[in-house]
Amino acid sequence: MTTTFGAGSLVGVPVRRVEDPTLLRGEGTYIDNLDLPGALHLAFVRSPMAHAELTAVDASEARAMPGVVAVYSASDLDFPDHTGMMQLHPAVVRPALARDRVRFVGDAVAVVVAETKAQAVDAAEAVIVDYDPLPAATDMESALAPDAPIQFDAVGSNVLMGTREPADFDALAGAEVVVRGRFENQRLAVVPMEGAAIAVVPGDDGDGHELTVYLACQMPHSNRGAVATGFGIEPEKVRLIAPHVGGSFGAKHWIPEGIVAVRIARELGRPVKWVETRSENMVAMPHGRGQVQYIELGLRRDGTITGMRCRVVGDAGAYGGFGGMLAFGPTRMMSQGVYRIPKIGYDCAVALTNLAPMGAYRGAGRPEAAAMLERILDMAAAELGMDPVVIRRRNFLQPDEFPYSTVTGVTYDVGDYDAALTEALRIAGYDELRAEQAARRERGDVKQLGIGICAYVEITAGGTSSEYAEVEVHPDGSATVKAGTSAHGQGHATAYTQLVTSELGIPMERIEFVQSDTALVPRGGGTGGSRSLQIGGSAVLEASRGVLEQARSLAAELLEAAPEDIVLNDDGTLGVVGVPARAISWAEVATKASDDGLPLAVEHDFVQSGASFPFGAHVSVVEVDTETGRVEPIRHIAVDDCGRILNPMLVDGQVHGGLASGISQALWEEMVYDADGNPLTSTLAEYGIPSAAEFPTFEVAHTETPSPLNPLGAKGIGESATVGSTPAVQNAVVDALSHLGVRHVDMPCTPERVWRTIEHAKAGTLPDPWREPPAVFATLNVRERGTPKRTEADDIDL
Amino acid sequence: MIPAAFSYARADSVDEAVALLAEHGDDAKLLAGGHSLLPLMKLRLATPSVLVDVGRLTELSFVRDDGDTLAIGGLTRHHDVEHDPLVHQYVPLLAAAAGEVGDPQVRHRGTLGGSLAHGDPASDLPAVVLALRGSIVVRGSGGERTIAADDFFRGFLETALAPDEVITEVRVPKTGDAGWAFEKFNRRAQDWAIVGVAAVGGDQPGVALVNMADTPVRAAAVEAALSSGASAADAAALAGDGDDPPSDLNASPDYRRHLARVLAGRALDTIAATGGAR
Amino acid sequence: MAAPTSDVPVAITVNGVTTAHEVESRTLLVHYLREVVGLTGTNIGCDSTSCGACTVLLDGESVKSCTVLAAQADGGAVTTIEGLADGETLHPMQAAFREHHGLQCGYCTPGMVMAAVSLAQEGIASNGSALTEDEVRIGLEGNLCRCTGYHNIVAAVVAGSAEMAQ
Repeated sequence: MTTTFGAGSLVGVPVRRVEDPTLLRGEGTYIDNLDLPGALHLAFVRSPMAHAELTAVDASEARAMPGVVAVYSASDLDFPDHTGMMQLHPAVVRPALARDRVRFVGDAVAVVVAETKAQAVDAAEAVIVDYDPLPAATDMESALAPDAPIQFDAVGSNVLMGTREPADFDALAGAEVVVRGRFENQRLAVVPMEGAAIAVVPGDDGDGHELTVYLACQMPHSNRGAVATGFGIEPEKVRLIAPHVGGSFGAKHWIPEGIVAVRIARELGRPVKWVETRSENMVAMPHGRGQVQYIELGLRRDGTITGMRCRVVGDAGAYGGFGGMLAFGPTRMMSQGVYRIPKIGYDCAVALTNLAPMGAYRGAGRPEAAAMLERILDMAAAELGMDPVVIRRRNFLQPDEFPYSTVTGVTYDVGDYDAALTEALRIAGYDELRAEQAARRERGDVKQLGIGICAYVEITAGGTSSEYAEVEVHPDGSATVKAGTSAHGQGHATAYTQLVTSELGIPMERIEFVQSDTALVPRGGGTGGSRSLQIGGSAVLEASRGVLEQARSLAAELLEAAPEDIVLNDDGTLGVVGVPARAISWAEVATKASDDGLPLAVEHDFVQSGASFPFGAHVSVVEVDTETGRVEPIRHIAVDDCGRILNPMLVDGQVHGGLASGISQALWEEMVYDADGNPLTSTLAEYGIPSAAEFPTFEVAHTETPSPLNPLGAKGIGESATVGSTPAVQNAVVDALSHLGVRHVDMPCTPERVWRTIEHAKAGTLPDPWREPPAVFATLNVRERGTPKRTEADDIDL
Repeated sequence: MIPAAFSYARADSVDEAVALLAEHGDDAKLLAGGHSLLPLMKLRLATPSVLVDVGRLTELSFVRDDGDTLAIGGLTRHHDVEHDPLVHQYVPLLAAAAGEVGDPQVRHRGTLGGSLAHGDPASDLPAVVLALRGSIVVRGSGGERTIAADDFFRGFLETALAPDEVITEVRVPKTGDAGWAFEKFNRRAQDWAIVGVAAVGGDQPGVALVNMADTPVRAAAVEAALSSGASAADAAALAGDGDDPPSDLNASPDYRRHLARVLAGRALDTIAATGGAR
Repeated sequence: MAAPTSDVPVAITVNGVTTAHEVESRTLLVHYLREVVGLTGTNIGCDSTSCGACTVLLDGESVKSCTVLAAQADGGAVTTIEGLADGETLHPMQAAFREHHGLQCGYCTPGMVMAAVSLAQEGIASNGSALTEDEVRIGLEGNLCRCTGYHNIVAAVVAGSAEMAQ
């Protein structure tokens, strides 16, 4: 299906971004920058308790404060419930403002509406809320125990969902060796630099809408659907706009605060604005990751994998955040990774806890899969005395096996896993690194070297398989490209116009890009799950080609030639093949179309037949200070294969960002709560997202194995480097200490954790990396084997 | 976030600042660079009703050569301490440590006096002034007095400064060609120290620890061992002895004690290797 | 002796233009710029003086405008991202960020660029030359970005500082 591009094409060219001048001049339209005359400001009163009965809200003092227009709690105004991206259990309902009970620290219980932000914040402090504390379940494993404090009585336990393999299914049968590990994939805060934000303008806009919503989000059309459904409005009567969005990484969707903002704007008939503070953002924006993984890998003594048994706990947080289901969906789906694994048993339990709801964060279930598989593989290599590279190569799926159906029921489009690994090892100078490591060990250096390998495959465009685009050429020769995707930093305006220019020869500066406004773009799946270029870009490509076909017909009339003889010249004119003198401009063609009463425009909905599976290999080199436990990443080599590359500059930018996120999970970040559910990392002073000072220069390269699923040959790249980097770094830390007998260090590999591990190793008291999983697994429903059933979680782009 | 409302007065002289502080008592806070106070106020962890801004008192921003000591104005910014040629020449430990406070933006605003007055045990400069055996000159309603750094830090965020006193000057002895070292251990460059060690060699070695107690604290046992001729390794092994370090997200007390020993060892090694040379 | 007041008059030169307003004493410089003067290019990314998104130049030096009172900046000169370009021509640091793809979502960008300009100016003032990669990495310790992994930001600032040193 992959097509070729002509000589004038910009495919493969690192075109500089058309988005940048606006942003570099400080002209970004982030929601807090919108000037909405008369807008009221909201400030939320949030629960300081992880779990409590909500007994009274006294807003009398707050209501009397200067500038305060209103204060509402759930009993003062009927707010629709928040259904979120998906409801995991019918009995688990999240009110927009807490009713009767709060379920995590940060749960909104009341809202102040005031003329200024400062007045709203002042009054919010004066709202008095009475709580009757309840015991809280704050650890995902103990939350599953029969005696744990239950969050929703109607569910009967905190087991939100769970299945297990039949008792007679033994994934480890026939193994000569079994290695076992319990791994924590810690809860992370997403921390887009701009927090959640919404502005609402109620009333008739004179253009057929009765409500205009500005929302920092990734998926304007589906979020509009949520607004419309929640408030019983025809979707066409709601205009939803995502202006400039300050990063999202899977986290910005329809929100309870949005329900409150819309409801209040309609109640009061005035515009309303709310922008989350960072302190709110840390505790209220859904978190990511949060799994405990019990993995057993069966092998033959030569390193060949015979089977794997996984028992995975997912933390859904409060109100059954959909992120808890990722353990069920993509983590299970991608648990086979890049290897031939004949049998996989996968039991999964998703827990309700009294922590912030879990959502999606860059990678959304796939980093967790890669982390557990790459970690257990290194443990197997150590057990068998093999090099980590050798054991991987022994089990790689081979290039001639694609398309390949995994035992978890997905079909990998294409892959050449050893090509990526070989390239990464070459760039790293693997043998020299091993020699350097040996020398340091020999000398007993304080700073030991660790070399970590990760080979990964991930899934992109796994959900909604269709995307909309329209390309129109105007009588003045300019063009407009509309897309149903919704970029928030990725550079679609550049990539898509680059494609249109490549197809039509119209200069990029004469192409307007339109996205993220439901009044201007009729439909769209938005941006998530690394779907945009492969599906949205392909829609743009096909729409462009459709326009060219129309243009050829029109040009044929004007030039009195046959349509099949009309060609697009290098100078962007349309001419007749073999007759260079006869050529006309796009303006002339578009004018002719206009005169004929038809726009020169083509809409296209591109449908991809399945998900694509980018892959790659990363090598991490770290120094571990064995006296302090401090880990310093000194090199990171990433070879990521996203198929054919449209704009290498944008692709590398995505890789760099993904690397930072992934490395940071391995070394720095963790959302920490105390045993009572109080967040301990609730500002950026405590939650350590790294700066430039913490990273080395990255070494980025690519192999290019085009996907057969779309004409661009593209696969997603937004999350790949996050998936690949975390295990490489974690493996490198363990590798640095492997000569001491260390086989595992949980993430984040903090100085104290690493130091303690070293101390245990010296004392001969290293803990067993394995223990039996919680008893709940034996009680789960048995899943049907045979044809794997697709679940709702398989159909979601994050 | 937005601080709670307060009243603001700008002092045009030290005396005026003292008078304002005296008048408004415990409700008033002195505002210098604001980089300890304003972050707390934005989170509403501090809600003073009056701020007395001394930021315009340029007469308190200076470095003066006083023979055996350097006198540094209380309002001298970290950035200026870091880059001042006299500090570089005579008290390089202080210049180096000032360059590790916060980040460049913080160093453009934060002041030496403000850092000492806040008295945070996790802060870099209080320990440095302790190690240097500096003293702090303050002026209040009762006039001027000089407080030895050893007597200045009283408890967690608590100093010998009276509510109506202003730090006008910090005096630190010149360290000559003695070796020195500042070992700051943190996870990210902009973070506060998990543990830090400020050390200077010479005839009367000074060693002080960051974030090892509820105040910045002198490592007296290490100093005594060094003075009695112990090896660097033996002396360093005494760092943190008897201290009751805090427990937080980044480190348990055990680990902090261990870090203090390791970092003290590294600091003393640096001093041994560079004393007289830098 | 001045009596403490809940409102204060401030006069701040912003991007070369004199602004004068009576504001609440608690008004932070960033809120003054965004809400009083109406220059929204300076973003707010945290509330703990950690992220640097709000970095502007105050009397030529980078400061986090979320941690400076408007009253403290009274009488001073502030340069925000809006004041950096020379008309249609981007400042060399802005141009370098574009050339090196040093921005994605753009939210941290104004603060990052202003911090970089200050860093470069100080580097040039001290030794006349462009910043090195190490100087840039440690010099930007107070500015957080979640999109770029800093790789291209560092390249941009090295290049931008070289251009400024010309």
